[in-house]
Amino acid sequence: MNTGTLNYVKLVVLALATLFAMIAASYARDLAYQLHMVIFMIVAAGLFLTTLRATDEPVTPTPSHEYFDSVVRAGVIATAFWGVVGFLVGVVIAFQLAFPALNFAWAEGYANFGRLRPLHTSAVIFAFGGNALIATSFYVVQRTSAARLWGGNLGWFVFWGYQLFIVLAATGYLLGGTQSKEYAEPEWYVDIWLTIVWVAYLAVFLGTIVKRKEPHIYVANWFYLAFIVTVAMLHIVNNISIPVSIWGSKSVQVFSGVQDAMVQWWYGHNAVGFFLTAGFLGMMYYFVPKQAERPVFSYKLSIIHFWALIFLYIWAGPHHLHYTALPDWAATLGMVFSIILWMPSWGGMINGLMTLQGAWDKLRTDPVLRMMVTSLAFYGMSTFEGPMMSIRSVNSLSHYTDWTIGHVHSGALGWNGLITFGALYYLVPVLWKRERLYSLGLVSWHFWLATIGIVLYAASMWVTGIMEGLMWREVDANGFLVNSFADTVSAKFPMYVVRGLGGVLFLSGALIMCYNLWMTVRAAPAKAGLGTAVPAE
Amino acid sequence: METYTFLREFADSWMLLLLFCIFVGVAFWVFRPGSRKVHQDTANIPFRHEDRPAPDQEASK
Repeated sequence: MNTGTLNYVKLVVLALATLFAMIAASYARDLAYQLHMVIFMIVAAGLFLTTLRATDEPVTPTPSHEYFDSVVRAGVIATAFWGVVGFLVGVVIAFQLAFPALNFAWAEGYANFGRLRPLHTSAVIFAFGGNALIATSFYVVQRTSAARLWGGNLGWFVFWGYQLFIVLAATGYLLGGTQSKEYAEPEWYVDIWLTIVWVAYLAVFLGTIVKRKEPHIYVANWFYLAFIVTVAMLHIVNNISIPVSIWGSKSVQVFSGVQDAMVQWWYGHNAVGFFLTAGFLGMMYYFVPKQAERPVFSYKLSIIHFWALIFLYIWAGPHHLHYTALPDWAATLGMVFSIILWMPSWGGMINGLMTLQGAWDKLRTDPVLRMMVTSLAFYGMSTFEGPMMSIRSVNSLSHYTDWTIGHVHSGALGWNGLITFGALYYLVPVLWKRERLYSLGLVSWHFWLATIGIVLYAASMWVTGIMEGLMWREVDANGFLVNSFADTVSAKFPMYVVRGLGGVLFLSGALIMCYNLWMTVRAAPAKAGLGTAVPAE
Repeated sequence: METYTFLREFADSWMLLLLFCIFVGVAFWVFRPGSRKVHQDTANIPFRHEDRPAPDQEASK
């Protein structure tokens, strides 16, 4: 089918989508659904008009001798933008916990802690992390396949479709459109939309690998592919639900009781395992060797690392359900697999760190590499802490306390955050064809602000978490509980303030990064040999 | 036999054995003789084709 005919098909589809969204918006049973249908309607109508204008116009052929980098540039901008948004909401809710007066009465039902918390988690994981993964995977798969991204403008569909998903999810949470599943809050129609975008993402990624010019598939692509495929499977199974009405956002889960809990945490833990670990390891296996300017320490280890991680992670979910209605054998299985996971995790960490063998001196001069190495150190720390916390007896102390939140953040801020910042610092000069970053000094500032921020965060959460766990289980001579829940809440106040300050430091580091990247594009000297008129320094 | 019981017994016996053998097989395959050269070449992929895709005639190397 040529582009002309395809445009007519697009026009029909978009016209029908606009019409449906109009009808749905007027029949809407709740505000979240109504707003989302209005958004759908505007997007579909706008696309209809642009497609109409392009129909029967001459098309410029896509250059196959160039990489498709414009979508990666957009992804880099989106990553930085959503990162700042997500960190900012995190800081706000951290202070809402410390100072409950910040849950303003006028914003009740929209911007109180309960509504903002899922906005924070989804913004940092899916908006910041997801955009980082899509952008870097598009960059890496092209370079390591020596081929242009497959599917032409399908890459743009993946990018914009994913942004639409983020906007729908975020506005939905604020208006109460949620199915109350951790990390899977969006309602049924948003889930369907994400499924469509994700299938397109898989097609673009696999298509590029299929037409690769290199005989072998580089290990980073294996990790990215595992991330894309597994997230598709997890997303579909965990979101099997039946809408109450097609004109409303409310839906009912097909699984119930302990089965629902197990499916949810099978999903939840593998969101950590495949979204935040496998995907970001793909990033690590490309950008750490590039920044250190030497191939990965052991390619053999990277293959074993990949298969061990893939075989083990999928079983670790039940450790979220110790001491629940879940049968003991299932919880024990999850616990055992979590502990075995320690080995591939550390194998991967060692592989990344040892890539610097013979180049350790670069750490002194290159703050970007320092950032990447620190992220691997945090990866090692949180993948040691995690298996330990999955042990049933440790879990009886740590579960439902702030220790869990500290653990998640040392992984998410330390590992995912710092490796993403490192990748952004690498990508911006390359993508905008600049000789170097605007300022390495500012990178150092970012590095130290972020690292100290994480340390404040993790340390305060250890203290408050263990304290809380001990207070909950303290009994007097007669066997009565000593502390009420409110006692633990007031005891936690100083640690909550420290945690909030850690968040402020991390956020200011990210703002410095945005300024530095912006100035790199605006003011850093262009790469030599491009023939653009830029005065020499 | 109930479907649940059948699947559960299958999962923790034959399927477990199969997955374990696949994993051990992968580990042995990685260390096969002659793999070093292949792996060295593959590990250097990020240092080629930085700026533009490989031209078409190079397609089958």
